[in-house]
Amino acid sequence: MAAEESAGERKQRPIAPMLRLPTAPGEKPYLVGYRCQACGATYIGEGRVGCSKCTMTGPLQEVRLSDRGSLYVYSIVHQSVPGVAVPYISAIVDLPEGVSVRCNLVDVDPDPAKLQFGMPVEMVTRKVRERKEKNAEGVEETIDIIAFFFRPSQDNKL
Amino acid sequence: MRDVYVLGVGMIKFGRYPDKDIPQLGAEAALLALKDAGMTIKDIELLVCGNLFQANAMNAQRILQQIGQTGIPALNVSNACATGSTAFREAYLGVASGMYDVTMAVGVEQMGKMGLLGGGARSGGESVEGILGSGLMPAVFGQAGVEHMRKYGTTIEQFAKVSVKNHKHSVHNPLSQYQVEVSLEDVLKARMVAYPNTLYMCCPTGDGAAAAILVSADKMKQHTNKPIKVACSVLTSDPWTERDLTMPDVNTLTRNAAKQAYEKAGLGPKDLDLVELHDCFATAELLHYENLGLCGEGEAGRMIDEGRTALGGEIPVNVSGGLLSKGHPLGATGVANIYEIVTQLRGQAGARQVAGAKVGLAHVIGLGSACTIHILTA
Repeated sequence: MAAEESAGERKQRPIAPMLRLPTAPGEKPYLVGYRCQACGATYIGEGRVGCSKCTMTGPLQEVRLSDRGSLYVYSIVHQSVPGVAVPYISAIVDLPEGVSVRCNLVDVDPDPAKLQFGMPVEMVTRKVRERKEKNAEGVEETIDIIAFFFRPSQDNKL
Repeated sequence: MRDVYVLGVGMIKFGRYPDKDIPQLGAEAALLALKDAGMTIKDIELLVCGNLFQANAMNAQRILQQIGQTGIPALNVSNACATGSTAFREAYLGVASGMYDVTMAVGVEQMGKMGLLGGGARSGGESVEGILGSGLMPAVFGQAGVEHMRKYGTTIEQFAKVSVKNHKHSVHNPLSQYQVEVSLEDVLKARMVAYPNTLYMCCPTGDGAAAAILVSADKMKQHTNKPIKVACSVLTSDPWTERDLTMPDVNTLTRNAAKQAYEKAGLGPKDLDLVELHDCFATAELLHYENLGLCGEGEAGRMIDEGRTALGGEIPVNVSGGLLSKGHPLGATGVANIYEIVTQLRGQAGARQVAGAKVGLAHVIGLGSACTIHILTA
């Protein structure tokens, strides 16, 4: 179930701040990175104090990252902590903005024979869990937690 | 900086000691090292303790509270898996700087059956482990191995041979947590933990302690005519590389450390008689053959195929059994590597002795990342 399809009355929250969810109809979810305005190095993760590549200090520029990339490497996890379904593919995906992201690779068998280095992949979002919380009026509400995943590109293009 | 020598080493058998605590285990290793050096705690001018998971527990002082509260400076360090080797380096610096003539490093850890390390990935209040990939060590080092497969076509069988070799070595090390030979078939058929590492390609968790006593040249001459010299002590952190913050780069900081170590020691990889390197997972060992310059780029798979790193080969690696067999109680590991090198350079390693060993290298990686390299010479 894609998040954009289920956007309705239920509140949604991204599993990590790097994922931005649609705020209006027709918008797509996307990932953000932070680019050094001196050297161009791009990072995942909020709250950076400076650039660890060139040592520039000061704010980095938020950039919208592409939802398509290529599979760099992976591991297939068969043993994990309680509550995590195995096996699954933990993947490193290279994005065209010069930054990589760690994610689960889905919609493909967790089998090395099915995975090609450099294969084109695309981002999808899915609900992974619910949280019940009281809102400002003290009324309990359910919030869908939305995560991003990558899957082999449906059109097999980068 | 002054020359520094290792005068004494001690190590307890790695395993599980649920009835003992960290100061007790550390004190046992300290007493073994003192006996080995022919010294008492009254000779020690500085104590450095390496421990990771109870780093706030003042373990150096509590070791002294077990074996002698002499009032000396005592300090506690943590540096992920490089905790023990960082403690050794701090003790080394104490002597090299001229501040002290006799120092002791104790590495100790109590992990029990701690399971998969790395704590799992989190983002704010949400657990993301298994959703945004894996932050646990088996997957991290699985990916590092898969990167080598991608670059050079290295096979799972080649990685598995590391486990076969190190387990074979361990049979001759009475202090190794496991002393069991495994066949290539055993390793490949063992349950997969995180591709391409099966169970026998992952180091165990456990408890352990090791200690080393470092001295100045004058002190050394008073105690021995067979000195073991610390030819270099190097510590690096991870430089910026393209994917380091997403997929920890264990290679570049090791390469930087190796370059510095060989320069400082005035030695090269061809001068080494043995290497104890950080085989936390079988995949890691092959990467480090190239990182340490033991072979050319992309040649690590062939190197293990040809048996060149086995005992009796051209450059034996992890004759102690390595982390894969000997165990990896994080704080103790780096000091235990020093123990093995010293034991080998003294010619006291019994059935696992590297004949005529005069130069040994000890390498440790802590994810996050820290890398230490020490080269010792007889």
